[in-house]
Amino acid sequence: MIRAVIVMNDQGKPRLVKFYEHQPVEKQQEIIRSIYGVLCSRAENVSNFVQADSGFGPDTRLVYKTFATLYFIVIFDDSENELAILDLMQVFVETLDKCFSNVCELDIVFNFNKVHTILDEIILGGQVIEMSSSEVVKAVDGISWLEKNPNSILRVPKSLSGWQGR
Amino acid sequence: MSGGGGGPSLMDSLFQRTLDDLIKGIRIHTPGAAQSSFISKSLDEIRREIKSTDLQTKSTALQKLTYLHSLHGIDMSWAAFHAVELTSSPSFIHKKTAYLAASLSFRPQTDVLLLLTNQLRKDLSSANQHEVSLALECLSVICTPHFARDLTPDIFTLLASTKNFIRKKSIACLLMVFTQYPDAVRVCFKRLVENLEASTETLAATVGVFCELACKEPRSYLPLAPEFYRILVDSRNNWVLIKVLKIFAKLAKLEPRLAKKVVEPICDHMKRSEAKSLVFECVRTIVSSFYEYEFAVKLAVAKIREFLLDTDLNLKYLGLQGLLLVAPNHSWAVLENKEVVIKSLSDVDRNIKLEALRLVMSMVSDDNVVEICRVLIGYSLKSDPEFCNEILMSMLSTCSRNVYEIIVDFDWYVSLLGEMARIPHCQNGEEIEYQLIDIGMRVKDVRPELVRVGRDLLIDPALLGNPFIHRILSAAAWVSGEYVRFSRNPFEIMEALLQPRTNLLPPSIRAVYIHSAYKVLSFCLHSFLLPNRTANFLSEFVDMEPDFTYSESERELPETSGLSETNADNAKNSSSSLKKDTFTRESVVNVLTLILTSLSPLAGSHDVELQERVRNLLGLAQLAQQEISYHDDHKEKMVDRDDLKTSIIIRLINDALSEDFGPVSLSAQERVPVPDGLVLEENLSKLDIICADVQLPISKSFSLVVRPSFLQTDGDSVSSRQNEEESETSAAESTSLLSEHRKRHGLFYLPSDNNQNTSTGFPPANDPNKKDNDVEDLVKLTEESLALKRKSNLARPRPVVVKLDEGERHPITVKKTQSNDDLISGAVRDVLLGNEASSQSNQSSGRRRGKTLSKVDQGSESKDNMENFEIGNSSKRRSKHRIHGKDKKHPSPGNNVEGRDENGEINKKKSGSRHGRHKARQRADGGINVVVQKPVIPDFLL
Repeated sequence: MIRAVIVMNDQGKPRLVKFYEHQPVEKQQEIIRSIYGVLCSRAENVSNFVQADSGFGPDTRLVYKTFATLYFIVIFDDSENELAILDLMQVFVETLDKCFSNVCELDIVFNFNKVHTILDEIILGGQVIEMSSSEVVKAVDGISWLEKNPNSILRVPKSLSGWQGR
Repeated sequence: MSGGGGGPSLMDSLFQRTLDDLIKGIRIHTPGAAQSSFISKSLDEIRREIKSTDLQTKSTALQKLTYLHSLHGIDMSWAAFHAVELTSSPSFIHKKTAYLAASLSFRPQTDVLLLLTNQLRKDLSSANQHEVSLALECLSVICTPHFARDLTPDIFTLLASTKNFIRKKSIACLLMVFTQYPDAVRVCFKRLVENLEASTETLAATVGVFCELACKEPRSYLPLAPEFYRILVDSRNNWVLIKVLKIFAKLAKLEPRLAKKVVEPICDHMKRSEAKSLVFECVRTIVSSFYEYEFAVKLAVAKIREFLLDTDLNLKYLGLQGLLLVAPNHSWAVLENKEVVIKSLSDVDRNIKLEALRLVMSMVSDDNVVEICRVLIGYSLKSDPEFCNEILMSMLSTCSRNVYEIIVDFDWYVSLLGEMARIPHCQNGEEIEYQLIDIGMRVKDVRPELVRVGRDLLIDPALLGNPFIHRILSAAAWVSGEYVRFSRNPFEIMEALLQPRTNLLPPSIRAVYIHSAYKVLSFCLHSFLLPNRTANFLSEFVDMEPDFTYSESERELPETSGLSETNADNAKNSSSSLKKDTFTRESVVNVLTLILTSLSPLAGSHDVELQERVRNLLGLAQLAQQEISYHDDHKEKMVDRDDLKTSIIIRLINDALSEDFGPVSLSAQERVPVPDGLVLEENLSKLDIICADVQLPISKSFSLVVRPSFLQTDGDSVSSRQNEEESETSAAESTSLLSEHRKRHGLFYLPSDNNQNTSTGFPPANDPNKKDNDVEDLVKLTEESLALKRKSNLARPRPVVVKLDEGERHPITVKKTQSNDDLISGAVRDVLLGNEASSQSNQSSGRRRGKTLSKVDQGSESKDNMENFEIGNSSKRRSKHRIHGKDKKHPSPGNNVEGRDENGEINKKKSGSRHGRHKARQRADGGINVVVQKPVIPDFLL
């Protein structure tokens, strides 16, 4: 399963932290620091895998990918495929791009809640539940609509009822 | 929104900072004091705002707190109740904020956790799918056994939801529920399997869950093999296929017939697929689980080669990993790609270099170890410090594996160790130190070379400046002192040990230097004052251990410019006769002067150990100098050297020092027979508790002790043993580790004895015949090692390496499987196979379920049943129909049971969930007697 998803910038500041197992917050901060230490020591244009045994136990791995000023990091165990996780990160970034149209670091900084919403539509409980970014965008749009219309919790707009009824 | 209570609350609501304001504020303040004071100010605001009765204010406060908690590590456990409170808000955005806060901050220990149960249940059955999904997401992270037990019926309902959106999420959530509460399997497993058949978008989540479950305990899922096979053949979704491959990798190890069936489709995917992820997964599955299928492995290796030659470093890295998986069973695959692997050692990417190094190490055998080590040393000189040390470490660990199993030429290996020490980046001092001493003790033949290597290291003043190799120098000093009799020029060693730059060493290592100097001096004085005795002693030594010493003296013959060759006595005396020439009066006097001048300043050292050693050495040197210069004045008396006070002392010291260290079996003590009348158990039973922590540090299975003294001729065993121990203690302090261990255990160890297995055959501790036994042992050891030797055409036979009877490494005790996994798989088997039995066992007492359901009972019973019960052909489909049938039959008695039960709240639930809950109970009860049988794979697959 996927153990954690982290987004941090090239200064080591975390922008999104999601652990799928219980980790005390101090441990989380420690893990983020140590990951940053490893990542910033790695040259550009090298492979994207790092062993993550120290924080997460044996057979756990870390895949990272840099987009502009951000590191996207996924930590997972041996029931995932490394290359498939790289694809998954691509899906995540594509979705962010669609939701924020040309995503940049600031979007992620100021949309803490929405980024979590997007991530939750892709991964739940460490399991990948959706690999299609258009499906995710649909769901996120639905949620945003609900957020903006607090009093109509049971009413569903016509435009969205089509896919909800599936 | 109405802003409820009082002035401050209204102010808070009107002028509350939003999350955006907070983020902007944090960004304005520079990291450090300004920022943290801003954060703590904001926290004060949040503490006030969160108590507001206005839900909007509360929600914003919680949002800010969650942000600070998640990204700035601020504690928010104090706000747990507020989060629970907010989950019940009618507004979706409040609810969402609250659930996000809960899933990011709640821990199993959070005390208000239970308060969330009802709200979760309510939201799980909400008509709004996004509310359901919020609850599922939160549950998947914070699930506890309590939640899992209480909410299983609701999840069960969701598993049959008509909305894929809900279904995939509830499936993913199920994994956590199963892990926390294995009995949920009995309720939900059937619906999970149904999702496997429906070829929909939920399939990815479903196979994901099965993959996790099968990783923990594959056997229970064998009956589902046909379903997985169908997916493997039909599905075109790479994500799904990868998970199915992972499941088959586990299943195929249990059922060889299955392997035969699935290997073809896997190869098809490997050939056809464009997706690298799927191809790599196929490769990995083939080489780790289907390695007997030659054609499949060939295809996989071809794919690996494509990966290796790819410009994408990720693929290259994975290719190397694949190769590492092939290596144990198909070494040809590695050899085929040898050039790529070796070239990868100098890749820019550290990951790739490390994998390449591992691969190279997997190729090492006793044929090529010399060649490979030469190549690696070359690479280590070119590499960055970190990787250089990785290379050295893997060489050291590979070569020392199984007591230097692959090393034939120890002279070469010892000089390789010396060479490693000189590599500028070397930081493996500790391991090299250990191996130098270890080899010195185990392999007698290598000692002359060891002393030569030690000398080369010691006389190089440049090395003293590098703190990383001080430990190696310590080992070099120790071997030079301990085996000084093999040295060609002891005076040179003495000078090296006392050179001025030794003040760069830490005191503990300097103490080793001084003690080695002490040994060298006593050897020099002994050779000078008592040349005959030295010869006698050496010959005695030869008598004692003919095998080793004979070869030693043989090797030294050419070096000593050929004294006599044939006569055994001459051979024995050769080394001493050589030394007799070098030990002139003048040189000895020079050495004494050197010691006195260079060490006198150290006599006042603040380090106790060092001071003690220096004073010992100075005392001996002063005594010797006085007497030798005295006799210088009275030359006529010089003849009778034997009577000098120094001579007497030297004789004693030398006797003590010349005894050999050797490895001793850990079980040696067990071999000592218990004397009559000594009741060990009674008096010392509590000693186990005391000794428990003392014995822990012995990670190696030998310790260092003096072999039983062969100089000891009289029968006064007790006193002589005590003397022996005292002298041993002083001799062994050369390294702190040795001495520490010895002080504790020295008295208790006996030499290892390979061949005396019968309990009556134990020699008494002080058997006068032990000398003979020892010789016999060594002869036998030699024979054994000769018999084991694989190559007879070697230029020189592999020297004897002293091993002990026990395995050098303690077997690693297999970790017990997690009981939860057992419970899950047990439940899975019940669901898949054990329906008849569970219906029979319905009468079994209405035992309180939950945690009290004894896993012990279940475990042992199911094992018994496994043997007794056999259903000939239980196809999975048939079992499923039975489940259906049972569902229909049993609801009404179930209601009665529940009505009586104290957990009456269930009755409020709608019938669907009650139905599920009831079933859970029945299964749980039934579980005690449920029959588990061997999974049978339906024939249509095979």
